Amino acid sequence: MSYVLSFLAYIGRVVLAGLAGVGRIAIFAADTVSHLARPPFYWREFGHALVQIGWLSLPVVGLTALFTGGALALQIYAGGARFNAETVVPSIVAIGLTRELGPVLGGLMVAARVASSIAAEIGTMKVTEQIDALTTLSTNPMKYLTLPRVLAATLAVPVLVGVGDVIGIMGGFLVGIGRLDFGAATYLHNTIDFLEVWDILSGLIKGAVFGFIVALMGCYQGMASSGGAQGVGRATKTAVVAASVLILASNYILTEVFFSA
Amino acid sequence: MIELRDVHKSFGDLRVLQGVDLTVETGSSMVIIGGSGTGKSVILKCILGLLRPDAGSILLDGTDMRTGDRDAFLARFGMLFQGGALFDSLPVWQNVAFRLLRGTLKRPKSEAREIAIEKLRRVGLQPEVADKFPAELSGGMQKRVGLARAIAADPEIIFFDEPTTGLDPIMSGVINELIREIVTEMGVTAITITHDMTSVRAIADHVAMLHDGQIKWTGPVAEMDTSGDPYLDQFIHGRATGPIEAVR
Repeated sequence: MSYVLSFLAYIGRVVLAGLAGVGRIAIFAADTVSHLARPPFYWREFGHALVQIGWLSLPVVGLTALFTGGALALQIYAGGARFNAETVVPSIVAIGLTRELGPVLGGLMVAARVASSIAAEIGTMKVTEQIDALTTLSTNPMKYLTLPRVLAATLAVPVLVGVGDVIGIMGGFLVGIGRLDFGAATYLHNTIDFLEVWDILSGLIKGAVFGFIVALMGCYQGMASSGGAQGVGRATKTAVVAASVLILASNYILTEVFFSA
Repeated sequence: MIELRDVHKSFGDLRVLQGVDLTVETGSSMVIIGGSGTGKSVILKCILGLLRPDAGSILLDGTDMRTGDRDAFLARFGMLFQGGALFDSLPVWQNVAFRLLRGTLKRPKSEAREIAIEKLRRVGLQPEVADKFPAELSGGMQKRVGLARAIAADPEIIFFDEPTTGLDPIMSGVINELIREIVTEMGVTAITITHDMTSVRAIADHVAMLHDGQIKWTGPVAEMDTSGDPYLDQFIHGRATGPIEAVR
């Protein structure tokens, strides 16, 4: 009997700890957003974050999109051949990339690159008392560190997704005309004719949500880190894992909201 | 004047401060001594509001520190952190002038840089150091930059957390002398946390001994050696036996 009670108590503790964690992240997110309406705003930090998160992520997001677009064209061609529907390659590549693979893979790549670096940077600042130093120098760490990064990621990731869409479609185009015997004009025609504005827009909205999640998890885990190098390592790992899982979960929810009949 | 009245602070089951009462007169230099892990730094963090006490009150010139404008409150303080806590991403002069480049004390960049260089000179560092990054400096230089940052905005109150930890005896002497000079010259109220008895004798006007979460003895530094307090005697003479357990 006591084993059963211990097991139930364990389950209860895990659930309560999980709910408490969700609550803490929600409060952290609300606190971050609330600073938007309260000056000062640190433009220099924001500009620096835009470069770090947006500009410097461009190569990895671009390469991911290029290879994904190419592979997608090959897969759809092979699958479509079973139904004599090889001509759908351009439109499915474009729709698949703009709606799903562009934002999701772009978000995951940014999560790996940015959530880890933000968590490591802020975590190191936390364990070396730099966050306390900021406070004693009359500078709110949420305003100085968190808000610029979260805002920069929320604005930069949709742009990355948009650029990734173009590069990904280009990857499909190159494979289409080089390996699958499509005519260049036909491929582009099919892409443009079937692609709707909402396909692109929904992907960009997803990108904004994923950017918010990535920077928020990086900042939250960094601020919550403790215990020296090991703590910073743990925060970095948790930030990437949590951001990735949240991206996939929120992608399902957003897809359900945007496209369910 | 800084007054702590019956301040308690726990971390989970660990009761760190268990009723701390302490008064630091304006313009005096108080040194808080005590073993590692006894909560000396926690006292400073509670005064600054970096940690919230579980019970008790902290008064600054008779006003509870939790009331009033927080920025104005913090503007009265400067702090030298144990590891320096310099911002890695900023050059030395921007670390020193951090407060002067933003917020209510903001001034033109050129003026802030001039003040930073003057404060660096005050702590014995050459102007060439201004454009280096913290990682390019030795431990002693980082401490001095931290000291320059603590005094950059001419605060009324300065906290020094373990100012000589990790430094060689000569550099420790240099830092102790600098702190004493700055405290006397600027007429500030100072609280220093240390377990280095050489620092205590060089810096302190008054000494407080923290043990078991309470102030066991407090008085002028001149009376420290003749206090008759068993805790203080054991600590200042570094004896392994006495009321303080050697293995805690």
